[in-house]
Amino acid sequence: MTEPVHRAAPHLPELELQRLSVHFGSVAALSRVSVTLPAGEITCVLGENGSGKSTLVSVLSGLRPHDEGQLLLSGEPVRFRSPRQARAAGIATVWQDLAVAPLLSIWRNFFLGAEPTRGVGPLRRLDVEKARETTVRAMARVGVTHLDPDQPASTLQAGARQSLAIARAMHFGARALIVDEPTAPLTVNQQTLLLQAIVAARTQGLAVLLVTNNPRYAHLVGDRFLLLAHGSVAGLLTRDDVDAADLMRLMAGGEEFNALTEALTALHSELGDR
Amino acid sequence: MTSTRLPTSTASPAPSTGRRLLGRALARPSLPALVALLVVSVVFGLQAPALLTTGGLAGVLDTAALLGIGGVAVGLLLIAGQFDLSVGVVAVASPLLTALLVQHAGWDIWPALLVSLAAALAVGLVNAFLVVNTGLPSFLVTLATFLVLQGVSQAGALAVTGSGRVAGVDEAPGWESAVAVFGSTLQVGDGRFRVSLLWWLGVTLVATWALWRTRFGNAVFASGGARTAARQLGVPVQRTTLVLFGLTASAGWLIGTLGLVRFGSVGIGSPVLTTAIDFIVVAVLGGCLLTGGYGSAIGASVGALLYAVSREGIVLSGWDPLWFRALLGVLLLVALLATGVVRRRLKAVPRS
Repeated sequence: MTEPVHRAAPHLPELELQRLSVHFGSVAALSRVSVTLPAGEITCVLGENGSGKSTLVSVLSGLRPHDEGQLLLSGEPVRFRSPRQARAAGIATVWQDLAVAPLLSIWRNFFLGAEPTRGVGPLRRLDVEKARETTVRAMARVGVTHLDPDQPASTLQAGARQSLAIARAMHFGARALIVDEPTAPLTVNQQTLLLQAIVAARTQGLAVLLVTNNPRYAHLVGDRFLLLAHGSVAGLLTRDDVDAADLMRLMAGGEEFNALTEALTALHSELGDR
Repeated sequence: MTSTRLPTSTASPAPSTGRRLLGRALARPSLPALVALLVVSVVFGLQAPALLTTGGLAGVLDTAALLGIGGVAVGLLLIAGQFDLSVGVVAVASPLLTALLVQHAGWDIWPALLVSLAAALAVGLVNAFLVVNTGLPSFLVTLATFLVLQGVSQAGALAVTGSGRVAGVDEAPGWESAVAVFGSTLQVGDGRFRVSLLWWLGVTLVATWALWRTRFGNAVFASGGARTAARQLGVPVQRTTLVLFGLTASAGWLIGTLGLVRFGSVGIGSPVLTTAIDFIVVAVLGGCLLTGGYGSAIGASVGALLYAVSREGIVLSGWDPLWFRALLGVLLLVALLATGVVRRRLKAVPRS
C-alpha cells in the first residue's frame, strides 16, 4: 500500500515533511509532522479546527517558514521565505478565503505577485496583453467564458470568483496543488468544479493536498487521508483502510476521533508507528 | 485539463460598447474631482474673470504644483492603505537643515541638499519601520513623528540661529545651478510660471505609469485593498510600504526645496506646517479611497487643481479668505459622497 500501482519507477515524492514543527510562541501549531505527498496522488487532510491544518497549508505555501524539521521538494530540502518562492517552485494554493482582491481587475488578480513583465531596468513593465490573454484562456478552461478581464474581481459572482482562484492555482501549480477548501458555502456546481480541478491535477501528475471538512468529498477523491490532532499526525490512512462512514465519524468530534484512531490503530497495527 | 465537461458559467453578460465606455468613465477615481473642478472653475470664472487670465492661471498652478506633488505621494500611500501626516513637517524641516548646513557649516548647496534628502528619507524609513514592525496604525505613528520632528526642528533652529529664520542661503556656492533645477521661471504675459509645475507633472506621470503598468503598482493596490490576499500571493507588502513612505518623505523634501530655492530663506513659522492634512484632503478629493485599494495619481493632481482654483477664486472674488476652509470641507464631503455612489453603482472600480 505504500507505493501506488500506477507509478512506473519508485522515485522521490514531490513533497515530503520530515519531523516538521512550527511554533507560535510557546504553542506548537505543528509538532514533528512527517508525511509524504507523492506525485499523482491526492492527500486529504482532516482534523478539527485548531488541529494544525491551516498551519500546514501556510508552511507548504511559503506563508510561514517552519521552525524545525525539514521540508523536501523532490528530495531537496527547501525553506520558503515567501509565497512567491513557493509559487516559483511550482507549488500553487487555492486559499480558504480565495485570496482575491475585489478592487483589482480580473487579470491583475490572476497574476498578482507573479506578473509577467517585459523590458529591463527602470522600464520593466507589465506585459498587459499577455496577462489578459492568459487569464481569458485559463478562465475558459475552468468554464468561465465571455469574460472581460479588465472588470474588477468584485463584479464576478461567487462561483466565478472561486473559478478564478482555481484557474490561477492550476496555472501556477507545476508540481503541487494545495487546496484549502473555501469556507464560503459552495453550490453543487462549484463543488464539482473544485473536485474536477483536483482530479485533473492528479491526472497531470501533481502532488495534491486537500484540506477539507467534508469527509464525503474527501473519500470521493482522496487517495490518502492525513488525520491531524493537536498539531500532530493522528493517523495516515489509505482508501483501503476506511470508507466514507469511517471518515465521517473521524471528523465528528474529539472523543470519537481519538477512539476511532485507537480502534483503527488496533485493526491496522502498522498505523501505530506512523 | 481532462476532457471531462466542466460546469460553465458566464462571468457577466457582455455589456454594449456604449455602456462599457460609460462604466469605464464612471469607474475612474478622478471623475468626481473633474466634475467639481469644472463647476468651481465656471463659478469663479464668472465671479472673478481675473482667474482666467494668464496671471490668474499662473497663481492657480503655482498653488497646485506644491500641493499636487505632496498629494500624489500621499495618494499612493493612501491606495496602499497607509497615512502620512509627517509630509508637511518634512517640507519645513528639510529646507531648514539645508539652510543651516549652508549658513552655519559653510557647505555648498548641493551636498547640503543631498544630506537633507537623506535625512528626509531617514524619517520615511523610521515611519515605515514602525508601521511595518509594530502593526500600529500609520495615522498615529506619523502623528508622533510629526510632533517629534516639529519640536526638534523648531527648537533646534531657534537654538542655532537665535531667530528661527535662516536667510542668505542664496549666497552659497552652486546656488545658480540649484536655481536652474528648482527655481526657474517663465514669464508669459502677466503670469510667472515656475519650474515646480514640471516637477508636479513629472511626479504625476511617473506615478501614474508606475501604478498601472508595473508590478510595484499592483503591489500598491493589493497592499491597500486586500492585504491578506496580497500576503498569501507573495506580494512584498512590507517592501512596498517602505518604498511608499520613502516616496512621501522625498516629496516633502522636494516641496521644501522648491520653496527654499524660491525665497532663498526659510523659517520655522513657515505656513507649510498646516498642509499635512491638506495633502490627504487633495488625495481624497481626487478619489483615493481612505481604506486603500482604489485611487489614482491623476485624481490626486486634479484634486490639487480643484483646491487651488477654489482658493485663488475666493481671493480674486474678494471674499474673506477664511471662507476657503468651509468651501474645502463642502467639496471634500461632496467628493466622498460621489465616490461612494459611483463605487456602489459599479460594485466598485477600475479600468485595468
